[in-house]
Amino acid sequence: MLGLNGRDTTVFVIVTVLAIMAPFLLNPFPTESGLAQFNAGYPDLMQRFAIFAIFAIGFNILFGLTGYLSFGHAAFLGVGSYAAVWIFKLFTYNVVPAILFSVVIGAIFALAIGFISLRRSGIYFAILTLAFAQMSYALAYSVLSNPKFNLTNGETGLQVYPGDLQMFHNPERVPDLPHLFGLSMRANYELSVGGWDFNFNAGYYLCAAILLLMFYLSMRIFRSPFGMMLRAIKSNQTRMTYTGLNARPYALAAFVISGMYAGLAGGLMAAVDPLTGAERMQWTASGEVVLMTILGGAGTLIGPILGAGFIKYFENIFSKINDSVLHAWFAALPDGLEDFLVAIIYPFIGKGWHLTLGILFMLVVIFLPGGLVEGGQRIGRLFRSRKTRKGETDEATQSTPAE
Amino acid sequence: MAILEVKNVNKRFGGLQALGDVNLSVEENSVHAIIGPNGAGKSTLLNVLIGKLVPDTGSVLFDGQSVLGRKPYEINQMGISRVFQTPEIFGNLTVLENMMIPIFAKRDGAFSMQALGNTMNEKDVIGQAEQMLEDLNMADKRNFNSASMSRGDKRRLEIGMCLAQNPRLLLLDEPTAGMARADTNNTIDLLKQISEEREITIAIIEHDMHVVFSLAQRITVLAQGSPLVEDTPDKIKGHPKVREAYLGESA
Repeated sequence: MLGLNGRDTTVFVIVTVLAIMAPFLLNPFPTESGLAQFNAGYPDLMQRFAIFAIFAIGFNILFGLTGYLSFGHAAFLGVGSYAAVWIFKLFTYNVVPAILFSVVIGAIFALAIGFISLRRSGIYFAILTLAFAQMSYALAYSVLSNPKFNLTNGETGLQVYPGDLQMFHNPERVPDLPHLFGLSMRANYELSVGGWDFNFNAGYYLCAAILLLMFYLSMRIFRSPFGMMLRAIKSNQTRMTYTGLNARPYALAAFVISGMYAGLAGGLMAAVDPLTGAERMQWTASGEVVLMTILGGAGTLIGPILGAGFIKYFENIFSKINDSVLHAWFAALPDGLEDFLVAIIYPFIGKGWHLTLGILFMLVVIFLPGGLVEGGQRIGRLFRSRKTRKGETDEATQSTPAE
Repeated sequence: MAILEVKNVNKRFGGLQALGDVNLSVEENSVHAIIGPNGAGKSTLLNVLIGKLVPDTGSVLFDGQSVLGRKPYEINQMGISRVFQTPEIFGNLTVLENMMIPIFAKRDGAFSMQALGNTMNEKDVIGQAEQMLEDLNMADKRNFNSASMSRGDKRRLEIGMCLAQNPRLLLLDEPTAGMARADTNNTIDLLKQISEEREITIAIIEHDMHVVFSLAQRITVLAQGSPLVEDTPDKIKGHPKVREAYLGESA
C-alpha cells in the first residue's frame, strides 16, 4: 500500500489505529479511581506524545541511519517554535503558515549547522553540534533580546500580546487562539462513558495526523536507495568513498531532513500553545531526544515513537506521584513497614523520576542494545520458537537476515 | 597500450623519501604486480594512485587523464576500483545490499536524492547484483549479514563489489593478507578467472610470492621508494638484484 511493503503497511496501520484511538487507550482507568493518576489521555500530554514522536523520528533519520550523533537537535526545535510564534505575532493565528515556516527555518538552520559540523565525525561532530545548540540557546536567552532588537523576548519567552500586528487575523470570524481554518487548537470534546472521561482534542488530532504523515515519510526514506546510502555511511565510509559515492552530501541531506522534522515539532509545540522560550533549546532537551531514540531503538522504524512516548509518560506521570500518594498506596501495611517502603521508593518518584529513567535507560542499553523494539522482538521470537517446536517447521533454523 | 602511467613521482614524509622518481606503466588488460620488502613504498604508491595522497612532484595518468588532486570518489568514477588489505565492506548490510550499492553508485553518480524510491522496486539493480553474486558463487549467501562471513567470503564480496562497477583498473592491496591457505587459493582462482574473462587491468600489491607468481604477467620490484627492476615473473625469480633486495641474499 502506498509504496510500502506488506510488513511496513501493517506497522503503519497499527500506528494509525493507535494514534486515532489514543484518547481511549491512554485513559484505561475511571476518573474517580485511585489509578486515575496513571491516565495519560489528557490533551496536553497526548499532544506531547505526538510532537516528541515527530522529533525523535526525525532524529532517528540522522542518528539511526547515518550514525552521526547530534547533541544539538533541540536548537532546531527551538527555532521552529520561535518561527511559528512570530508568524502568529505578525500575520495570522492560522497554524498552517506557522508550521510551514517553522519547517523552512529548521531546514535553513540545519543546513548551516550541518554544513560546518559534518566536516568532522564521531565525538567531534557531537561536540560541534552541542556547541552550536548552546550558542543558539545563549543567543535566544540573552543576546537577541535587547530593547533595540527583541527577537526572542529573553527569559520571559516569546508570546503573542494584544498589541501585536497580526495582519491577517480577524478575531470576529476566527478564534483568538491558534486555529486550523477556524477550528481552535484548544477545541476539546469530552466524552463521558460510565466512570471514564475521554478527551478528543483538535490540537492532538492535528499533531497525530502530521505524525502519521511524518512516520510514513520516514518509512519511505528507510526503504529508499537514499536510505540505503545513509546506512552505508554508518557502516563504512571508506568503502563508500571508494565506491564512487560522496558521503558528505548524503549526511548533510539526512541532517537537514532531521532538522526539518525538529523544526516541525517546534512549530507544532507553538501551534498547540502559542508561546515559546529559550529553554526548549537547552542541551538537556537535545539529550532527551537522544535518549528517546536509543531507548526505543535507534535505526528502527517504530522505536523513536515508543521511546518518545515512554519518556514523556515518565516525565508527566511519575513526576506527579508524591509521598502522600505513596502513603495512600501502602496504607494497609503496618506503620513501620509502610514508612520503610515509602522511604525506599520516594527518591525514585516525584522530582526523582530522572533517577528511575536513568536506571531504566541503563538497563535497556546494557541488556537490550536495540532498545524497546529489540525487547519486543525477543518476546516475539520466544513465542515463535515455542510454536515451531510444536509445529516442527524449520523457520527457527533459518539465519536471520541483517537489519 | 599503457592504461596507467606513473611518471617521476616523488613523495617525502619529513626526512623520509617514501617514493623517489617512481616510473611505472601498467599495460591495459594485464595483471601487474608490485612487490618489495617492507617500507619499500608500495602502500604510499597505492595511496597516490587512488587519490588519498598527493605526490610532491610527478604525474599519474589514467587513460591519459591525470588523477592527481581528484577526490577518491572521482577517481573511482574514472574507472579505478580498489580492494583493501582488510576487506572493506558494508558490515551491517546484507550481502545483496552490499552488492547493490556499487551498482547504484555507477548508475546515479556520487550523490542522488532518491528518498522516495524503493530499493525493492529497483529490479534492474537487484538483477545485476544477483547476477554478480551468482558469478561469485555467493548466491546462497544473499541475505547474510556481511559482517558475519569468513574473511575469504568478505574478500570475495569486496572484489565482486568492485567488479560490479565494471572498472577498467582494479587495484588490490595485499588481497590475501591474513588469509587461510584455502581462502588464498580461492582468491587467486577468482582473480585468474576475472582477468581471463573480463577486459580488465589488475594491479596488485602483494607480499605473498605464491600469489604474485601465480597471477602476474609483469612484476615491478620496489626497494627504498624506487623501482628496482621491472620484468616478467620468470626473469624476476632469478634476478640477482631482486634476490639481494627482497630475499636478503647477497648475490
